[in-house]
Amino acid sequence: MNQPLLVTAAQKAGPRLSLAIGAIVLLLLIALPLLSLLPAGHSLQVSAYTLTLVGKILCYAIVALALDLVWGYAGLLSLGHGLFFALGGYAMGMYLMREAAGDSLPAFMTFLSWSELPWYWAGTQHFAWALCLVVLAPGLLALVFGYFAFRSRIKGVYFSIMTQALTFAGMLLFFRNETGFGGNNGFTNFRSILGFEITSQGTRAVLFLLTVALLLASLLIGWRLARSKFGRVLTALRDAENRLMFCGYDPRGFKLFVWVLSAVLCGLAGALYVPQVGIINPSEMSPTNSIEAAVWVALGGRGTLIGPLLGAGLVNGMKSWFTVAFPEFWLFFLGALFILVTLYLPKGVVGLLKKRGEQ
Amino acid sequence: MRTVPLPVVHPEFMLEPIIDGAGRDAIGLGQLRQPGLDVRHGTVLTLEDISVSFDGFKALNALNLYIGVGELRCIIGPNGAGKTTLMDVITGKTRPSTGKAWFGDTLDLTRMSEVEIAQSGIGRKFQKPTVFEALTVYENLELAQKTDKSVWASLRARLSGEQRDRIDEVLGTIRLEASQHRLAGLLSHGQKQFLEIGMLLMQDPQLLLLDEPVAGMTDAETAFTAELFKSLAGKHSLMVVEHDMGFVGSIADHVTVLHQGSVLAEGSLEQVQADDRVIEVYLGR
Repeated sequence: MNQPLLVTAAQKAGPRLSLAIGAIVLLLLIALPLLSLLPAGHSLQVSAYTLTLVGKILCYAIVALALDLVWGYAGLLSLGHGLFFALGGYAMGMYLMREAAGDSLPAFMTFLSWSELPWYWAGTQHFAWALCLVVLAPGLLALVFGYFAFRSRIKGVYFSIMTQALTFAGMLLFFRNETGFGGNNGFTNFRSILGFEITSQGTRAVLFLLTVALLLASLLIGWRLARSKFGRVLTALRDAENRLMFCGYDPRGFKLFVWVLSAVLCGLAGALYVPQVGIINPSEMSPTNSIEAAVWVALGGRGTLIGPLLGAGLVNGMKSWFTVAFPEFWLFFLGALFILVTLYLPKGVVGLLKKRGEQ
Repeated sequence: MRTVPLPVVHPEFMLEPIIDGAGRDAIGLGQLRQPGLDVRHGTVLTLEDISVSFDGFKALNALNLYIGVGELRCIIGPNGAGKTTLMDVITGKTRPSTGKAWFGDTLDLTRMSEVEIAQSGIGRKFQKPTVFEALTVYENLELAQKTDKSVWASLRARLSGEQRDRIDEVLGTIRLEASQHRLAGLLSHGQKQFLEIGMLLMQDPQLLLLDEPVAGMTDAETAFTAELFKSLAGKHSLMVVEHDMGFVGSIADHVTVLHQGSVLAEGSLEQVQADDRVIEVYLGR
């Protein structure tokens, strides 16, 4: 990915050029799925592997943006956003499993010799209900968790630890076969979505475009929020919560709103991730995944809208190269990266570029 | 140290509204009735028999304090006398173990949350200037402005012309017009103090609690603050905690001395300075 170079140039030339670069990146993202529809062997044809990889990174970028809304703007570092992502993914996965199984039970249930569907699978054969679950499952969990956490005024590192524990608990729960979500194998072997074959080029292209659309919508929401009075209240909350309370604002409602919004965005990203990647299992809820998301945001630049997208792109781009070239060193590299960014780039890549631009 | 030539005002004289623009003469005598707060008895704040203990240590001990409408009251006292705890009790940060705390005649402060208290019209300035450093001066004032502060209202809020005028007016009062688009974190210490005072003005509270407002200010800034507070008294009630006796002398008609969590003496600055017990507490230990 050559985005950093582009952004450096953008800083030198001002906002008009950054808009132009944004438009070019967007055009490329729209062109990519269209090029993938070209017949195999054509010189411009984009492989399914590339398309899936970029689609996956775009889903991660949405997670990074959602995390930045709560961390960068409201100062709540969540180390459990992977849970919301996975819940959205599982909700979509339930539909895909039903679609693949037709009238019979999903394969893993037959394997466990279950004779009927658990009650919470009711209605999941309908795409519309699955979409509702995609929003409701992460949204309600975030609402309940957030309500109690913010009411008890839990903040800072205690909040981070609790979110970490929450996603860990979720992972352990989903690892159990009895939970009814396929245990450690999770869901896979999907066949079709709304009757369209899931591995066909056309379906992949549409899913990719939907991901681009969700990313754009998330950016728009983030931009509107950041510019509204609500966004300024969040910033105030992050820096001086007591002052804000004595100004007459109740911080709980503000935190809860942005927290639930962020969780729902993650859930939607997860729902687009699963059909593209073709698998969802409890390891998506592992604490390291959520920490990695925090690294994307920190690397890109907290409290900016472009930073997290840049961070998610950079880290995942490096990851796909690293895990092929030196698979055993990736985690060490990731850890070192986090330490270096914290020490030397507190405002991330975007902060660095801004500084360069000012000099 | 300046002397104060004004007579002591006792609560029983707070009957007639004599607001004639002279400001200081009106202190403690006003019958300003503002919508929302019932102050027919002339007291904006009533604290009776308030006690607060932390692990057996009594930070406040059966304290009684009455602040009249439009009054400018200074609270002085040695370190550990309970001044900050007193502010914490009024703003709901600390709950008293016994006693009554009324705002106006009808609002029971011991049953209200910090946010409810702030919304009902008590503004507080912290000892260390606390402003929203990542926002501009203008945005700081915008957030403090008295308006609907719910989540939904904030999502759709647009400043009306009237609100802009009010912000401009306060910017003028605190002399920060030139810095209105600077980040608050870049202001000098004194400017931050003024910004915080400006934020209180935007809130338009009936009672302002000010914890060491002139700490770290230059002499010129201190003199300006004194003028500002005197002009506020009458329209608002002020309770100022301050160590700087020169400043206290320049603004206050009515001083309360706290010692070991209760009121040691009350009266004009001259009176309390002549009080033997006060001299003993300040000098004798």
